Amino acid sequence: MSVYDSLDSITEELHKCMKCGNCMAVCPIYKETRKEVGVARGKISLAEYILSGEAEMTKGMGDRFSLCTTCMACNTNCPCGVRFDKIILAARAEAVRKKGLHPVKKIAFTALKMQRVFNFGMKAGSIFQGVALKNVPNRHSKLARMRVDVGIGKEKVFPMLSKKTLRSEFPDVITIKNPKMRVGFFTGCMINYFYTDIGRAVIEVLRENDIEVVIPKSQACCGIPASVNGDVASARTLAKRNLRAFERMGADALVVACSSGGTAWKHVYGELLENDHELKALADKWAKKSYDISEFLIHQVPFKKEGLGRVARKVTYHEPCHLNRGQGISKEPREILKSIPGVELIEMKEPGRCCGMAGSFSLVHPNLSGQISDRKTADIQTTNTDTVATGCPACRLQLQSGVENAEFDREVLHTVQILAESYRAGKEELKRSK
Amino acid sequence: MLAREVLEELVQVLGRENVLTEQEDLLTYAYDATAAMKHHKPDVVVAPLSTEQVADVVKIALRHHVPIYPRGSGTNLSGGTIPIEGGIVLSMLNLNKILEVDQDNLTATVQPGVIIQALNDEAGKYGLLYPPDPGTVTTATMGGSVSECSGGLRGLKYGVTKHYIMGLQLVLANGEVIRWGGKTVKNVTGYDLVALFTGAEGTLGIITEIIVKLIPAPEARKSILAVFDDIDKAGRAIAAIIRNKVIPATLEILDNATIQTVENFVHAGLPMDAEAVLLCEVDGYKEVVQREAVLVERILQEEGAVQVKIAKDDKERDLLWLARRSALPALAQKRPTTVLEDATVPRSKIPDMLKAIRRIATKYSLQIATFGHAGDGNLHPTILTDERELEEMKRVHLAVDEIFETAIALGGTLSGEHGIGIAKMKYLDLEFGEAGVAALRRIKEAMDPNYLLNPWKMVRRD
Repeated sequence: MSVYDSLDSITEELHKCMKCGNCMAVCPIYKETRKEVGVARGKISLAEYILSGEAEMTKGMGDRFSLCTTCMACNTNCPCGVRFDKIILAARAEAVRKKGLHPVKKIAFTALKMQRVFNFGMKAGSIFQGVALKNVPNRHSKLARMRVDVGIGKEKVFPMLSKKTLRSEFPDVITIKNPKMRVGFFTGCMINYFYTDIGRAVIEVLRENDIEVVIPKSQACCGIPASVNGDVASARTLAKRNLRAFERMGADALVVACSSGGTAWKHVYGELLENDHELKALADKWAKKSYDISEFLIHQVPFKKEGLGRVARKVTYHEPCHLNRGQGISKEPREILKSIPGVELIEMKEPGRCCGMAGSFSLVHPNLSGQISDRKTADIQTTNTDTVATGCPACRLQLQSGVENAEFDREVLHTVQILAESYRAGKEELKRSK
Repeated sequence: MLAREVLEELVQVLGRENVLTEQEDLLTYAYDATAAMKHHKPDVVVAPLSTEQVADVVKIALRHHVPIYPRGSGTNLSGGTIPIEGGIVLSMLNLNKILEVDQDNLTATVQPGVIIQALNDEAGKYGLLYPPDPGTVTTATMGGSVSECSGGLRGLKYGVTKHYIMGLQLVLANGEVIRWGGKTVKNVTGYDLVALFTGAEGTLGIITEIIVKLIPAPEARKSILAVFDDIDKAGRAIAAIIRNKVIPATLEILDNATIQTVENFVHAGLPMDAEAVLLCEVDGYKEVVQREAVLVERILQEEGAVQVKIAKDDKERDLLWLARRSALPALAQKRPTTVLEDATVPRSKIPDMLKAIRRIATKYSLQIATFGHAGDGNLHPTILTDERELEEMKRVHLAVDEIFETAIALGGTLSGEHGIGIAKMKYLDLEFGEAGVAALRRIKEAMDPNYLLNPWKMVRRD
C-alpha cells in the first residue's frame, strides 16, 4: 500500500519515532517558528492522534501538515531512521481525502492537467504579465515583483514568463550527425515557461557531447506540486501522461535539470502507479534510466573536458534538497564546476540548508518562506563570490529573489548554464587562436 | 477547560500570536521525549518574550489556580514537561538570546531558551567552553538543562551542569522576581538557592536568566579504545586508570549486547564476541595529553585488554567514537520502543551493575543492552521493547523496578542525569526513606504552597 492511498500505510513509520526531538536541530521551519507543530515530531504526533482516533482530520490539521518544506533534513538527522517525507505525503493525501483541496490549489492543479489550456494561459500571461508584475531592474535576468498583494506578499521576485516556451522553440527531435546516444529531455514547467535559458543550456551541452535530444511536445507538468499537496488523482494523471509521452518517442536515457522532476521520474511515478501493473512496469523501466543532468554528465556520458573555455567566476553552490538528500547528488555538480577552467568554487556555510522555496509552500506561507530564505541569503552574502550555482529552477527563483531583496549583486545560475558558457568560451578561444 | 477570562488575560499580556489555543497546536505539547508515558494535552500554550511577561503569567495562574508547566525543547527523559493536569504550558523558546560572554570573568549570561550548542558555538569564538554536553546538546535548551541538571559524556573530569551554574534570575510561584548568585567565584550570601533551583525540574520557580561558568577550551585531545573479553577486567581497568591519577575527560563502556547491535548497524570493526569495550578520551595541553594517552594505553594492556587502539588523527578518532555515537540509534532501530534508564552506581561497582542488569534481562526475558558513562558510574541500561505489547511492558516495568533496587543496594542513585519527573517519583523513598520524601515536600510547599509549578513531578502530593 502506498503512502498516497491511506494513512494506515505509515503506521510502522510513525511507530519508529521515539520523540527524541533530534529533528529540531535541523528543521528550517522550527528554527523560525519555535513551535512544536513546525517540526517533524509535532506532526508525527498529530498523525498518531488521528490514527488512534483521539483527534480528527480537521481543516486545522491540514493547515499544520502544510508546514513542511519536505527538505528531508530531519530524515538525515533521525537516529531511528524515520522517513518523515513519506509521513507528510500520507498525511497531506489524507487531508485532501477528508477535507478536500484548497480551492486555489484545486484550480492550479486542474490547469496543470489541462495542458492546452495551461499553455494558452501561460502564453497570455507572457503578454499580459506586465499588468500584475512590475519589472525589477537587474543586470542578469528579467525579474519582476507583484504590483498588488494577492495573498502571497509583494516581497517575492519572480522571473518573467518567457515570450516563447522552450518546447515551442525546439523540434521534438534535435538531430545531429552520428549521435552516440538518444536522450529524452524532461523540461518541467519552470524551465519550459520561465527559465528557458536553463533548458537551452541543457540542449547545448548534450549536443556538444554528440547526443541526440528528444523533447516530446506532449510532456506535461511532473505532478510533484499535486502529489506533495495530497492531490493524488491529478498527480497520477500527469505521471501517466509523461510516461506515455516519452515511451512513444523512445530514448536511451532521460535527463532532468530540475530536482522535483528528477524525484518524480526516479521515485514518485512508481509509487503513484503501484496498483496499475502495466504502468508500474513502465514507471520502473524509466526510473532506471532517469538522471539528473549533472549525474548524467559525470557518470553516463562522461562529458568531454577538451573544448572547455575559461569562465572567470567565483561560484558558491546551493544544494537543492531534493537533489542532495532526495537523490544523493551532491558531488557531481561540484565536480562539473571544478572542471571548468577559471571557476573558483567557494563553499557557503550549510550549503545543504533548505532555501525555503518548496514550490507552493512559498505561496501558502510567504512570510515563513521569506525568513528561511533570509538565512540562506545571508550565508551567500558572506562568501566572496559573484555567482550562485544550483541544480533546480525553483531554488534559483528563491535565491534570486533573496539576493534581489537583500540588494547585493550575485548572478544565480543552474550549474549546466556555467558548463554551457564554458563550451561557448572554448569555441571563442579556438576561433581567436586560428 | 480554562475559564475564558484566563485566556483573555493571557492574550492581553502576551499578544494573540504568543498564546496557542487550537487543539491541533495543544496536542503537540502533550508529550516529551520520555518513552511509554501517557500524554496529557494542556489547555493553553504561552510563549513569553520577557521576564516580566513570565511573572505576569504566573500571577494570572495564581489568581485562577491554574497549573503552569515550564518547557524548553521537551527532550527530557523523565516525563518532566508533560502537563499532567492540563493548564498552561509555558514555552521558554522565545527567550533565546545569549546576553553576554564575559572573557575577564569567564562567564556567559543567557536566556533559558538558548540551545546548549548555540552557547558553545558562541563561547568557542573566544576559545572558551561550556563543558556539560548531554546527548541532546544540539536540541535541548539551557533552561531545561539547568532544571534537569543534565550530565553527559564529560562528567568524569568536568562534572555536570550544577558545577557551572553561578547565578540565576527566577520568577517565584508568587510572581515575584529574584536574582541569586552572580559572576563571583565565591558567594556565601544566604542559602544557596542557585544550587537548589538547579535540578529542581521547574517545581520551585521559573528560570528566566542564567549565568554560567566557562573554561578555556582544552588545546588537544586523544582517544583510546580497548576491547575486553571479560566484564570484570574492564571494570578493574576503569578503577586502575583513576588510581593512576589520570582523569580522562570521557570514559565510556559498551556491553556485549550493545556491541553486537552497533556492529551490525555501522560495522565499526568491533569484535562481536567482545564482552566489553572501553572508550577513553584524555584532553588538555598537548604535552599532558601525549603523556596520559601512553599511560592509559599501558594500563589497559596491563589490565588484560585483548586489543588497544590509539587514534592517530581526527579521522581515526571519529571512527573510534562512531561505535559509541551509534549506540542509541542502533538500539532504537531494533524495536519500536526504547526505554532508556540512567541508574547510577559508584564507579567501582560498574561490573556488579552490568552483571545484575544481565541477570535481570534473563529473568524477565527482555532485550537489555547497556552502555554509558563508566567513568562516572552512570550507565544506560536500554530496554528494547514495543509499548503495544502489553504483557511484555509489564515485564519491562518489573525489570525497571529491579534495576533501581539494585542500583540503590550498590550504594548508587535512581537517576544520574535524566531526573525524576513523573517516571521515577514513586521510587524516591527507596533512596531517601519516607522522612527524606517528607523533607522534599516541605521544601516544595515552602516555595510553591499551591502546587502551581510543574505539579505532580518529583514531589508526591499525598
